[in-house]
Amino acid sequence: MRFPSMLPASAGVGFKPQHFAAIAAARQPLGFFEVHAENYMGAGGTPHAQLGFLREHYALSIHGVALSIGSSEPLDRDHLARLRQLCDRYQPESFSEHLAWSSHGGIFFNDLLPLPYTQASLASIIAHVDEAQNALGRRMLLENPATYVRFAQSEIAETAFLREIARATGCGLLLDVNNVFVSARNHGFDASAYIADFPLDLVGEIHLAGHFETVDDAGAPLCIDAHGSPVIDDVLALFDDVVARAGPLPTLIEWDNDAPDWPALRGQALVAQGRLDRAGALRARSAA
Amino acid sequence: MPTRSPTLEGEFARALRDPDLPLPGGVIAHTSLRPQKRFAVYRNNVMVGLIGALEARFPATKRIVGADFFTASARIFASAHPPHSPLMMTYGDAFPDFLATFEPAAELPYLADVARLEAARTRAYHAADARPLEPAALAGVEPEALAGLRFVLHPSVEIVASAFPVVAIWAMNGGESEFAELTDWRGEDALISRPMLDVEVRRMPAGARTFLQALGAGQPLGAAAEAALASSPEFDLTINLAALLGGGLAIAVINEALEDS
Repeated sequence: MRFPSMLPASAGVGFKPQHFAAIAAARQPLGFFEVHAENYMGAGGTPHAQLGFLREHYALSIHGVALSIGSSEPLDRDHLARLRQLCDRYQPESFSEHLAWSSHGGIFFNDLLPLPYTQASLASIIAHVDEAQNALGRRMLLENPATYVRFAQSEIAETAFLREIARATGCGLLLDVNNVFVSARNHGFDASAYIADFPLDLVGEIHLAGHFETVDDAGAPLCIDAHGSPVIDDVLALFDDVVARAGPLPTLIEWDNDAPDWPALRGQALVAQGRLDRAGALRARSAA
Repeated sequence: MPTRSPTLEGEFARALRDPDLPLPGGVIAHTSLRPQKRFAVYRNNVMVGLIGALEARFPATKRIVGADFFTASARIFASAHPPHSPLMMTYGDAFPDFLATFEPAAELPYLADVARLEAARTRAYHAADARPLEPAALAGVEPEALAGLRFVLHPSVEIVASAFPVVAIWAMNGGESEFAELTDWRGEDALISRPMLDVEVRRMPAGARTFLQALGAGQPLGAAAEAALASSPEFDLTINLAALLGGGLAIAVINEALEDS
C-alpha cells in the first residue's frame, strides 16, 4: 500500500522570505510550499504572517531540521511541544524530519550529523519516531541523509535501515534524490541500485537540490550537499527513474543558500513539474 | 532490545568542536581509513552555520568592523558559546556582552551597544503580535483619572541605553541613513518596537527612557512622569504621551478609578 501523502503529487518550492512579495502578487503554478519548522518558532511577527498566507493559499509541508531524531540521547520534549504547537496551528499536509542528529550534551550543532546503522541505533530511532508521532498526533516522513563519512560499526544498509524504521513505526519516507546522488558518489556505491532497493511505496515526498563537488583526503570526488545551486542533470535523471517506477510524487526544490530570484526558482520547480507530467502521462498510457 | 552507547556520538560531538582532537573512533571512508578532510566538512558546516547566523543578526556590527574582523570574532564567540537551543533566531543574545569585553574591539567602545540594538531588533521581529491602543484611547478619560492610568506595553518594546550616539551609528551602518560626520557625539537611548509587522528604531527624547521603563514596570502615569522629570528636567509629558499612543507602544490601559467604581 502506498504511503498516504496529503501533499499534491506536483512540484513545490522551499519558501524563502525574500520571495514573499513575488509569491503573494499572483497565484503561483505550484503544488505546495515547504518551510523549516524552526524558523517559525518565534511568538509572532512577519514569519507567522507570511506562513499564514501560504497556509491559506497552498498546501503546506513543515520540515524540521533540529529534532535530532538520530541521536542516542532522549528527544528534546520542549522542542517536540513546539513542533506540536506549530503543526496544530498550521495543520500542514506533511511533517518531515531527518535520519540524523544535531544536538548532543546540551549543545546544538545546527547541522545534520551522521550515525552508524546498527541494531542498537535502529532500536533507539524507532523509539524516537514513535515518540515524535505520538507527540505530534500524526504520521511523519523520515528523510535519507547526505553523508561524508561512514562508520566501521555500521552493519545494516541505509535502505534496509529506513525500511525497517518505517515498518516498525508506520512513518513514511522522504526520498532526497540529491542526497542519494551525493552519498553514492561520496561512498562509491551505485545510486541507481540504491533507488532500486528503496521502498518507493513508502515515499510521501521527494527533495531535489543542488550540490557542489570537491575532493577528499585521497583526491577522490567528494560532493557537498550545499543547497546553493541548480539541480544537476544526473540528479534529474535519477528523479526520472524514481517517478517512472513510483508515479508522480510531491517534489520539492530546495535552494536554501544564495537563492536566485523568484522567477528562476519557480523555473526550477517547473522543470520538475514537466518531468512529473511526463511520468504521469507514460503511466497512464501503459495502463491503458 | 540492544542498548546504544552514547560514547561514539559524544566523541563525534567533541571532535566537531575541537579541531585538535583525533577523528572519532569508527569514522571511515572507502577511500581512506583516516578521512580527516571529510570529517572537516562537518566541522566547517557547524562553524560556518554559526558565523552565518551571527552575520544575519548583526549586519551593522559587521559593517563597522569589516567582514574579516567580524568572522574572526564570531568564530571565537561561537567556539566559546555554542548554541544550547535549536532555535537559531535566539543565537547571539550573548554576542554584545562578548564584544564589550573583546580586547581587539576595545578601540570601538560603542560596538557592543550597536550589537545590543541589533539583538533587540531580532527579538522585536519575532515578538508576540498584539494590537496597539488606538491614539484616541484616552479621549474619554476624566482629567483627574489620568495620573492613575497604568499601561501594558507592546511585547516588542525594548530600550538600549547608550553613552554613545548608538542610533545614529546603527542607522549609518545598517543602511538606514547616509554616512556623515557625527558632530553631536552624545549618548542616545534607542527605542526598539514592532507595533505591527515592521521593526522601528527611534532615538528617545530626554527623560523618555525613565518614563517608559516606569510604565513598563507597572507604575501609574503620574508617578512615571514624576520619575522622568526627576531624571531629566526637559522631560515633556505631552510629547511622550503622544509617542506612547501614536507609536503603538501600549496595548492596554488600566483605569483603576473606573474599575473601583
